Amino acid sequence: MPEEPLLSVTHLTKHFAPVAFGRGPVVRAVEDVSFEVPRGKVVGLVGESGSGKTTIGRMAAQLIEPTSGSVRFDGVETTRLSARQLRQLHARVQYIFQDPFASLSPRMTIGEILTEGLEIQRVGTRAERAEKAVKALAAVDLPADAFSRYAHEFSGGQRQRIGIARALVLEPELIVADEPVSALDVSIQAQIINLLRDLQLRLGLTMLFIAHDLAVVEYVADTVIVLYLGRIMEIAPSRALYSSPRHPYTRALLSAVPSPDPARRGKRQILTGDIPSPADPPSGCVFRTRCPFALDACAGPVPALREVAPGHAKACIRDDLD
Amino acid sequence: MAASASAFAAERPKGPLRRAVDRFLTNRAAVAGVAILLPIVLAILSYDLWWPYAPNDIDLVAMNKGPSASHWLGSDGVGRDVMARLMQGGRISLLVATVSMAISTVIGFVIGAVAGFGGRFVDSVAMRLVDLAMTLPPVIFLLVLASIAGTGIAPTIIVISLLSWPVLSRMVRARLLELRERDFVIAARGMGAGLPHLLLRHGLPNSIDILVVYATLQVASGILLEAGLSFLGMGVPPPEASWGNMLNSARSTLVLESYPWQWMFPGAAMVITVLAINFVGDGLRDAFNPRADLN
Repeated sequence: MPEEPLLSVTHLTKHFAPVAFGRGPVVRAVEDVSFEVPRGKVVGLVGESGSGKTTIGRMAAQLIEPTSGSVRFDGVETTRLSARQLRQLHARVQYIFQDPFASLSPRMTIGEILTEGLEIQRVGTRAERAEKAVKALAAVDLPADAFSRYAHEFSGGQRQRIGIARALVLEPELIVADEPVSALDVSIQAQIINLLRDLQLRLGLTMLFIAHDLAVVEYVADTVIVLYLGRIMEIAPSRALYSSPRHPYTRALLSAVPSPDPARRGKRQILTGDIPSPADPPSGCVFRTRCPFALDACAGPVPALREVAPGHAKACIRDDLD
Repeated sequence: MAASASAFAAERPKGPLRRAVDRFLTNRAAVAGVAILLPIVLAILSYDLWWPYAPNDIDLVAMNKGPSASHWLGSDGVGRDVMARLMQGGRISLLVATVSMAISTVIGFVIGAVAGFGGRFVDSVAMRLVDLAMTLPPVIFLLVLASIAGTGIAPTIIVISLLSWPVLSRMVRARLLELRERDFVIAARGMGAGLPHLLLRHGLPNSIDILVVYATLQVASGILLEAGLSFLGMGVPPPEASWGNMLNSARSTLVLESYPWQWMFPGAAMVITVLAINFVGDGLRDAFNPRADLN
């Protein structure tokens, strides 16, 4: 019997209700998403803006409640926990934020930021907490004297390291990394990605890695999930996805990745139009309005995720394209 | 860690508060305000150590006498020394103003903070309460409250406190609503933080600028409110001195015309003090400019 996955999400749905006096459309941010994150593995979530990546990440970290569906962490359903159980769970799941300038309090020293989680979870004495924080600083290659400084004294890349150290200090089992490098310069991105990869391998971390950059995900993730308008389009082992994408949307995305090798530059497949509003998604396959291969049948029932190879599934009714 | 912390203490960098203080010190009007305020407060607090008269001592040979060598600021209709009464009045006025400021700051922060962080339902209830408190016409409300609570120092403090907090809680709520969606607060929630932690570790430090500015200006308006109430006879009753009830004597034409020292000095003291506090408050507001600091 295979080991139970650390995180298992089934039929996850999140609708945001309109704010202004209950009028206006409901925003369907995430619709019927199911996937698993096995222990010690990295699962990448990719999709363009508004595809529900962050919403899924926040639900996985129990920061927002799903409208329906289930989030099981280590075999325990998390959507119906008491406040105390939730607090204990929060120590085991940590979140890395996209914007290193917004994610650190301007009024706390780095030491206070790093020990905050330990303090909330009432771990150890003050001295022990500080010791853990200094260790976490070392793990992300920052000098120990950062401890008594403020966040504004650091560059974006250094701040992101602090954000990673904060996530590590509680020794979590699952880390949700929400576009940890998209706010950084390209040269810094590589450093941070390598650091995350390194830590993940060394500490055996399980990670849900959110990004809109396919090249980044290819390097980090074992399995990749492609999202479009809150639904899963394709889910595949990283290598298979990049070598033989099956869904038209994934193909379009991959053809947009710039390549330094002219021989690899195939013909670009350019998508026309914008991502439709999640407040009013198309019927049937949500991608059909921009899909170059759309048929009349695509407007019918929502295509189910079907396995096309071991561990490789797609939500597309056209098999004749492969 | 104790060792490493002390090793770095020597070159400890400036925190946000320290930078605000630096900015404050470059503001001339604000520093002038402090320079005016400091001697006034010191004199008021220490006058019984160096001034020979007590506020309620009666000098029968000096009734309605103008300023002289023994009574620097003259004496009033029953022969009490105006200087002593001015100092004692300052004590009462500042006492009323600072205590009511402290009470209304705490009420205003707690209600605003709970509204901001407590979720939609709590927010609506708290804000309707604030709306209600704000729709009351202040002067009439003051008079009604004062006639219910009676006169005296404690009722005056209560009346002023109850009138002043709604504005602060609105400001605190607005700040915290913005703060609630910021990543570092979400991060704290993601580590399992409850409401007390969020309020004390994030809410309070990030609204400290609002609180300091409000508190300072509230002292000034507290002095004025106390004076107004006492002037109308609803605040601090005689024979206790306060700047307001000293001004009360200016209601009689005889005093107004013939004995100007009896009302001019308390009036001037009040104007100067309030002005200086307002300078300080403006300086603090600039020093804590959120645009300069919140990023």
